[in-house]
Amino acid sequence: MIIPHPLLGPRDAQEFTYLGDASLIDRPDWQSENAMQEFHDYLYLRENPAGQHRELWFHEQGDRSWLVVTRNTVTHEITQVELASDVARAQGRGR
Amino acid sequence: MTYSGFRVIREALTGHKGWRSVWRDAHPKPHYDFVVIGGGGHGLATAYYLAREFGEANIAVVEKGWIGGGNVGRNTTIIRSNYLLDANEPFYEFSLKLWEGLEQELNYNAMVSQRGILNLLHSDAQRDAARRRGNAMILNGSDAELLDIAGVRKLYPFLNFENARFPIKGGLLHRRGGTVRHDAVAWGYARGADRQGVDIIQNCEVTGFRIKNGRCLGVETTKGFIGATKLGVSVAGSSSRVMAMAGMRLPIESHVLQAFVSEGLKPTLPGVITYGAGHFYCSQSNKGGLVFGGDIDGYNSYAQRGNLPTVEDVAESGMSLIPALGRIRLLRSWGGIMDMSMDGSPFIDKTPIDGLYFNGGWCYGGFKATPAAGFAFAHLMSTDRSHKTATAYRLDRFRTGHMIDEKGQGAQPNLH
Ligand SMILES: Cc1cc2nc3c(=O)[nH]c(=O)nc-3n(C[C@H](O)[C@H](O)[C@H](O)COP(=O)(O)OP(=O)(O)OC[C@H]3O[C@@H](n4cnc5c(N)ncnc54)[C@H](O)[C@@H]3O)c2cc1C
Repeated sequence: MIIPHPLLGPRDAQEFTYLGDASLIDRPDWQSENAMQEFHDYLYLRENPAGQHRELWFHEQGDRSWLVVTRNTVTHEITQVELASDVARAQGRGR
Repeated sequence: MTYSGFRVIREALTGHKGWRSVWRDAHPKPHYDFVVIGGGGHGLATAYYLAREFGEANIAVVEKGWIGGGNVGRNTTIIRSNYLLDANEPFYEFSLKLWEGLEQELNYNAMVSQRGILNLLHSDAQRDAARRRGNAMILNGSDAELLDIAGVRKLYPFLNFENARFPIKGGLLHRRGGTVRHDAVAWGYARGADRQGVDIIQNCEVTGFRIKNGRCLGVETTKGFIGATKLGVSVAGSSSRVMAMAGMRLPIESHVLQAFVSEGLKPTLPGVITYGAGHFYCSQSNKGGLVFGGDIDGYNSYAQRGNLPTVEDVAESGMSLIPALGRIRLLRSWGGIMDMSMDGSPFIDKTPIDGLYFNGGWCYGGFKATPAAGFAFAHLMSTDRSHKTATAYRLDRFRTGHMIDEKGQGAQPNLH
């Protein structure tokens, strides 16, 4: 699998490690009323679709950036790759 | 029709014209007391034990393709009872005992072959861990022997003992472990279930659940609605997709695991060996091919095929352990989709929806569990109580802090 890195161009997937569902960017608020429930769901429950999936890949053997990769879990086709920092910033988070 | 030596000889003399199909091709009735979704090893075993052990009747198994076409027919066929944790070892030991009596019970040749499993050790720490595991196994009624280097050499002289990175320092031998003809497990249970009157409905995909006031009334399928008083879901790698139709999210990701088989060789590997440092395991099939596998590909997938880096990785591991592997040709590789749960352990539990039961999350160890998983799932569906060996396999264990992390890897599916 080749991952088109937004800064470095096409890179072999072997250079990356996989974390999972991109919703892991949305860490719950530890002070919320339902923090227990929200952290349980955040840590353990998964959407796990067959088809389009937004997921987090870490360019460990490269520039050590985190990417949000949109990949089809049935065909392995990759349609979009964003820097995770851009995704977080677009949500009004991150530095 | 029962099988016997006499029957085999008679058929041989009369051109094998007397064999008949061993289960009926059933059409769905409007309502069943029990419907099991998924005609894999687990689903068929569940239906069989529901009828045979728990005296239930009016049972159907609904399978979207053909029975045995899923993971039960794709795995590397290893059975063993060499787990460490209290939540696991009694269950897998129960399963191994059921395997030991399976062929007599089903009157079906599943080629259960207890050829022994050797977990190789490469460091002092691994030897300590193996000693502890062996003791846990023995305490739970299983068998374990710790071998030193000479003991391993006697069994497998051709291994790479002087590997600079991972020298072989011994092994944990589990003599009752071994392999089973995987397809025959599905066929044997299907025949056994059919003989108890279970309807096996193939080419019938479940496309939705009918749920009213928190109670499950049945399933929508490609062959119409099928009503059920109790519904069990046992769909291996499709658990998330199927349970999503009932509105549930699970602590599961789907991953692909690949397996490989070489050209046929003369008898070379008497038992199963696992490489404790790299992740590689290997046995020789009755036809002579070496059957082996390694790690999962490690990211969500429903592709039923893997990617090449893992092929390379498995081949490298294999060659570093058995240098002679470099001389043989690989015939085939294939992949299966498995549920990878957050702690690497399975679920056999009721769901919050009345009448809906769930068996899944087996990761890559569910084949050896087939008889016990079927038995325990049937126990749960029939009595509404967990079987005594499966009380820990609960869906809410992450909420309550009772994870079963057999490998000690933490809550991350691709590490298990
Ligand atoms: C390559 C590989 C190697 C493995 N090696 C081992 C091993 O050596 N030892 C071991 O213990 N385990 C091993 N496993 C794991 C083991 O194979 C599985 O955990 C186990 O077989 C799963 O249970 P099952 O047999 O019932 O699943 P399956 O045979 O997959 O049965 C599930 C069935 O559900 C059906 N289904 C899915 N969705 C629907 C629907 N909507 N409607 C109707 N039916 C549906 C599917 O078609 C399928 O037939 C391996 C797995 C793989 C992929």
